[in-house]
Amino acid sequence: MSVLIFAELDEGKIKKSAQEAIFYGARVAQMLGTSATAIVIGQSSDDELASAGRFGATNVLHASDAKLTEPNGMAYATVVAQAAQQEGSKVIVLAKSSLGDAMTARLAGKLKAGLAANVVELPDLSNGFRVKSSIYTGKAFAYNDLKADVKILAIKKNTITPEETEASASVKAFSPTLNDADFSISVKSTDKSSGDILLPEADLVVSAGRGLKGPENWGIVEDLAKSLHAATACSKPVSDLDWRPHSEHVGQTGLKISPNLYIACGISGAIQHLAGVNSSKVIVVINKDPDAPFFKSADYGIVGDVFDILPRLTKAVQAL
Amino acid sequence: MKILVCVTSVPDTTTKIAFTDNNTKLNKAGVTFITGPYDDYALARAVELKEKTGATITVLNVGEADAEPVIRKCLAIGADDAIRVNAEPTDAYFVAEQIAAIAKETNYDLILMGRESIDFNGGQVHGIVGEMLGIPSISPVMLLDIEGDTAKITREIEGGKESLEAKLPLVLGCQEPIAEWKIPNMRGIMTARTKPLKVVEPAGTDKLTTVASYELPAPRGAVKMIPADEAEKLIQLLHTEAKVI
Ligand SMILES: Cc1cc2nc3c(=O)[nH]c(=O)nc-3n(C[C@H](O)[C@H](O)[C@H](O)COP(=O)(O)OP(=O)(O)OC[C@H]3O[C@@H](n4cnc5c(N)ncnc54)[C@H](O)[C@@H]3O)c2cc1C
Ligand SMILES: Nc1ncnc2c1ncn2[C@@H]1O[C@H](COP(=O)(O)O)[C@@H](O)[C@H]1O
Repeated sequence: MSVLIFAELDEGKIKKSAQEAIFYGARVAQMLGTSATAIVIGQSSDDELASAGRFGATNVLHASDAKLTEPNGMAYATVVAQAAQQEGSKVIVLAKSSLGDAMTARLAGKLKAGLAANVVELPDLSNGFRVKSSIYTGKAFAYNDLKADVKILAIKKNTITPEETEASASVKAFSPTLNDADFSISVKSTDKSSGDILLPEADLVVSAGRGLKGPENWGIVEDLAKSLHAATACSKPVSDLDWRPHSEHVGQTGLKISPNLYIACGISGAIQHLAGVNSSKVIVVINKDPDAPFFKSADYGIVGDVFDILPRLTKAVQAL
Repeated sequence: MKILVCVTSVPDTTTKIAFTDNNTKLNKAGVTFITGPYDDYALARAVELKEKTGATITVLNVGEADAEPVIRKCLAIGADDAIRVNAEPTDAYFVAEQIAAIAKETNYDLILMGRESIDFNGGQVHGIVGEMLGIPSISPVMLLDIEGDTAKITREIEGGKESLEAKLPLVLGCQEPIAEWKIPNMRGIMTARTKPLKVVEPAGTDKLTTVASYELPAPRGAVKMIPADEAEKLIQLLHTEAKVI
């Protein structure tokens, strides 16, 4: 009956968003009077797996079959479905991510589950099973009643702040029955920047728009990001013009992010841009036009020239 | 090749969202409905494939009658016929079941959808349909080429992209830059009027989720402006006041 949490790995480590999912799942388990089990798929160390306990998981199921080393939404969904069956889990929690999205859907199909995506709060169990989710790209919320026997919650970043304990989870190997059909997509090549902070996972984001004038000027953006240990993002025209990779593009037609801090440099603040970033906790806007619409949605603002302001901010961060 | 393109009819991206009836319904007054921007990419690529290899395109929407202008526009852009499943599309599983039921009647080689709808933003319907049909689903797809019975695909992943190959049939969730959005021309608009648009009733399961009510986000507090010549103060404020760095 335990609550089952899929805890995604990145290079063998449990992702930050997955730690949030574990903590969230453990809280739901508490509310339901049961325990939380994390399922981890891929290669990792025993210490890392046991660390799921720090966020509230009692048990960890570890599926380490070599065929599962590379992330594969369909195969991973099959594994989680089998784990849910073994555990008798009726509630499954995942963090929103590109892998998580693919899995959530396949899982919902397999288990005929009631599904809530972009969940932003703990459920309300006072009258059935109700969860709040973000809709209309951050412009509104819905309170969803999940009526199916099995419920799947995909939680948005920053839904909950984990409180860590010293606890350690007990790790058990999990050997699923794999299905050939889940391996019919062949990956020919992967082109991924390594070492950088992944934008969807980042707590701090420095983002820039057409105000930067050209890709050759991105150094000042990267320097500020580096000094803050922040990820970089951009507006749509910037990725359309190929100044920056598409994976950095945020907004209505790009990534939706919800970091603690979003610094927008030389971005006008069109409603479609805001749609991707409006659930950030703190928004800073730097724009030379005092009438830029973005200032209306900001917590802090500076009317100024990015080419002057950004290097000074970088120095100020270094001096902290 | 037979292509099914699934489209949503959603409030224009500039819409200020508001609710009525005690926060239980979207206030549609004054709202312009458009084809989901990601669905537009899916349709645009389908039309390009049709021009290149001679495919047929069916457009499918699960929605109420007020979605028909969007469906007609898809016909004007180049789809050959359309199906509307007459139901309120609020639950992803329910919508997927309707799409899967239609897809089972015809063997489509490709089922193209948007990466996500811009109303409920689940990004889920393609995966659920793939599971229901027992075929692979891939999203978000940035590039798509078809060679024989094989699809060559570039998909976005966190921090980069990945090249994939898979055999048809497939369900794909599309995003830019898979194709340029297309606008209908006069001839398209004229011929769209006579293209078949079939309305069918939903196949009967209950919805697994329902929306009890909606809510708007609390407004942000007033912006605190920092003079440019004291820009460094921002970093102090973020550190000591906002406590985010
Ligand atoms: C359906 C649809 C979907 C869309 N999806 C997205 C999306 O996902 N993401 C997105 O970002 N956009 C999206 N857009 C586009 C959006 O409407 C805007 O066109 C876009 O966000 C503008 O990008 P920008 O702010 O970088 O550029 P601009 O609007 O050109 O703004 C540049 C800003 O930089 C400022 N500036 C210039 N020089 C300096 C300087 N030296 N110092 C400081 N400030 C300076 C200017 O004052 C201006 O405010 C979408 C549009 C549509 C129709
Ligand atoms: N009501 C619907 N009718 C037709 N297609 C839909 C419907 N809802 C979602 N889709 C398709 O599924 C994609 C993903 O939607 P979603 O899972 O709601 O984010 C959309 O971009 C559409 O292509």
